[in-house]
Amino acid sequence: MSPKMSRREFLQHALAGTGIAVAVTMTPLGYRVFSAADAAAGEFVPSVWLTIAPNETVTVMVAKSEMGQGVSTSLPMLVADELEANWGSVRFVFAPADDKFRDPVWGTQATGGSTSIRHLYEPLRLAGAAAREMLIAAAAREWKVPAEECLAANGVVRHKRKLKSFSFGQLTSMVAGIAPPAKPKLKTPQEFRLIGKEIPRLDVPEKVSGAAIFGMDVKVPGMLVAAVAHPPLIGAHPASYSSAAALKIKGVRQIIKLPKGVAVCADSLPAARGGVDVLKIKWEGGDPKLDNASLDARFAKALNESGIKAKETGDPATAFNAAAKKLEATFSLPYLAHATMEPMNCTAHITAERCEVWAPTQNQTGVKAMAEKISGLPADKVLVNTTYLGGGFGRRFETDVVEEALLLAKATGKPVKVIWAREDDFRNDFYRPMNLSRVAASLDSQGKITGWQHKVVCPSIFARVFPDTMKNGVDQAAVEGVANLDYDVPNLSVNYVRIDTPVPVGFWRSVGSSHNAFVVETMMDELAYLAGVDPVEFRLSHLGGNPNAYAVVKTASMRAGWGKPLPSGKGRGFAFHRSFDTNVAMVAEVAVDRKSGRVKVSRVVCAVDCGPVVNPEIVRSQIEGAVCFGLSAALKERVEIAAGGVVSGNFSNYDLLRMNEAPRIEVHLVKGQDKPGGIGEPGVPPIAPAVANAVFAAIGARFRELPLSPKAILKALKKT
Amino acid sequence: MISLTVNGKKYQVDAAPDSKLLWVLREQLGLTGAKFGCGIGMCGACTVLVDGKARRSCITPVSAVKGKKVVTIEGLPENHPLKVAWIAEQVPQCGYCQPGQMMQAAGLLNEHPKPTESEIDSAMSGCLCRCGTYQRVKSAINRAAGKGKKP
Repeated sequence: MSPKMSRREFLQHALAGTGIAVAVTMTPLGYRVFSAADAAAGEFVPSVWLTIAPNETVTVMVAKSEMGQGVSTSLPMLVADELEANWGSVRFVFAPADDKFRDPVWGTQATGGSTSIRHLYEPLRLAGAAAREMLIAAAAREWKVPAEECLAANGVVRHKRKLKSFSFGQLTSMVAGIAPPAKPKLKTPQEFRLIGKEIPRLDVPEKVSGAAIFGMDVKVPGMLVAAVAHPPLIGAHPASYSSAAALKIKGVRQIIKLPKGVAVCADSLPAARGGVDVLKIKWEGGDPKLDNASLDARFAKALNESGIKAKETGDPATAFNAAAKKLEATFSLPYLAHATMEPMNCTAHITAERCEVWAPTQNQTGVKAMAEKISGLPADKVLVNTTYLGGGFGRRFETDVVEEALLLAKATGKPVKVIWAREDDFRNDFYRPMNLSRVAASLDSQGKITGWQHKVVCPSIFARVFPDTMKNGVDQAAVEGVANLDYDVPNLSVNYVRIDTPVPVGFWRSVGSSHNAFVVETMMDELAYLAGVDPVEFRLSHLGGNPNAYAVVKTASMRAGWGKPLPSGKGRGFAFHRSFDTNVAMVAEVAVDRKSGRVKVSRVVCAVDCGPVVNPEIVRSQIEGAVCFGLSAALKERVEIAAGGVVSGNFSNYDLLRMNEAPRIEVHLVKGQDKPGGIGEPGVPPIAPAVANAVFAAIGARFRELPLSPKAILKALKKT
Repeated sequence: MISLTVNGKKYQVDAAPDSKLLWVLREQLGLTGAKFGCGIGMCGACTVLVDGKARRSCITPVSAVKGKKVVTIEGLPENHPLKVAWIAEQVPQCGYCQPGQMMQAAGLLNEHPKPTESEIDSAMSGCLCRCGTYQRVKSAINRAAGKGKKP
């Protein structure tokens, strides 16, 4: 990662005042960036984050990618509230890739880790507040009164006593020479007009009309469309191929070899795909012996290694040996695919003077760096436009398809849009890592945990993506949610065994917590039964020092009617997990069909404490979505690997949760912590263990592996 | 040349008879509301109406819609009860699958103006949503059908 930008530097960026004067407009071909000199006459550009036009329109630059999590509404709300803008006049524009729009904490322009609100809650409010104070100062100067006698509300500055007012649009012509305030005063939460309100999303109307432009929908005049033949084996590359048959297809223009495949560029996607089918490629490389069984064996062997210490407090081994009640268990979770509904795609155009990219990306900084590298052009000649993302979930942090588009744009000299088939998307993913974990825990006679020894065998994402963050060889993501266990455990050790396999791994919504929460929360449930204590009570008794977590656990259990009887064959399960600075507890109600082995989750009750809430409706929808995302993995998903390649290729053999399988979801917001927590990811981790624990309550069988497929359920039912 | 009626407008397109309707709509007619998701009719993102019935345009040959009326999301009026309901329930997250969801729902309401929960489930389960908006899709269909707010 680039050097971290300090809060002060960020403010200087944000508050450098009219001098920065960057206005950006969107044209059908992407963004146009103006300098101060030729910005539309009369516009007030108090910082890089917003523009106020004489016609009253307030345009907020959204430097985070909109992939469904609502940032194109919640971030403008932060600016508009402090600005005292009239919400009806607020628009948003996705920021181009530019150092000015770097995330102030990360120092890069990217979206991930449920950080958009956490990193921008204060900075964007400051940008809005600074502009408000400048507008007030301009009005006061015009009226020759002290600024203290003026106030801004709803897009207008008024004098407190006299009947005088200027609209923000009128003030744009009076603000010249007003210096940005060094320390703009932020509102108190009681003064918020927008923050905390259920404001309808700004992106919804065009997503409903069909007009929203995703990467897939980008059209550039003279554009070619490319399909790419990717290797059938992981790690293979093309040795030879034949262009002749493909070039005979109407509309096929050019065949181009790429490092990891062969591309057919054509006038239309069907022509390009037809070309891919007749390339007669010979591949070399890859390991035909790679399959799920061989990977299972490698992980099992690695579980015997001691690994690297990621955490050690007290002496859990001694506690374990001395304990009367103890439990040792091994958990296994599969590789998972992202399966964004919009398959990977990217459009690029490189000429001698200029490089332009249109990408549904989570990683503007990475895309821009790659565009500079491949085009050989300097940063100011490279323009990266972010479209709407048809799902991200971490997959679109990677720049592999961007690289393909840029290489093809360079080779053809024309704009090229690369579109992956669904099969390319499934078979060339950066998968959620497979994971094998072993936990040995002990209890005292009071039912309290005395020791917890945890070993995680997991490939490293950070070693490839952010190698600088590897501390002492430990991938922090691989042990998150365990190394920082929220329960009171006096003796805790966490060991990390890094395992490198040819299967590429990457960020998948909630990352390490997606596997570690399953392990910890299943273990907690098993320990509760071993202790003879109700699972909710058992958790509460280990959260004494954590009142916010305690409240969330309490709320979910009460709202769900925990403890009330259920009919036979049904069960309730509980899970709690804190991730991305947000506490989430869930109760799942399930019914297990003993004949088919199908698990039907009928109801999920969630309690969420993410601190100050910007838009409760967006928070609820994120949790609803996360429940379905996590449930899909819990019940159905597993990447099949055979003969060196990924077998899972489409929804025919890697199906996702469908409407008839989706539960009724209730989300209860709990007011606890002071600081904003993340919301895109924290709803994912608790659902799988809540469901597995509910299945145990329903049929008495424990599951330490996912998915809870009908086959797995039937096998377990035979044993009970 | 193949003649097509899409959203009430007549078009002549230069396409092979087995060309899939989705790509004719998207690449030749510039109607990008219908989305590509899987290419095998299993995700529903490409759903359009053909003579009032929901069809997967990614597997429908363009020759099969000759003389029939095709409606895409762009052709559903802004004040259509489904579009109004989709906004009222704030259904979309990433939004990519939503045109398909809405066209599938339009086909459902053509067949069952007051669908039961199980009719909704069986009609809509062919439309995947990775963001998990199913609960709101269901609420919006009920709202559009005049069946009250939340399920």
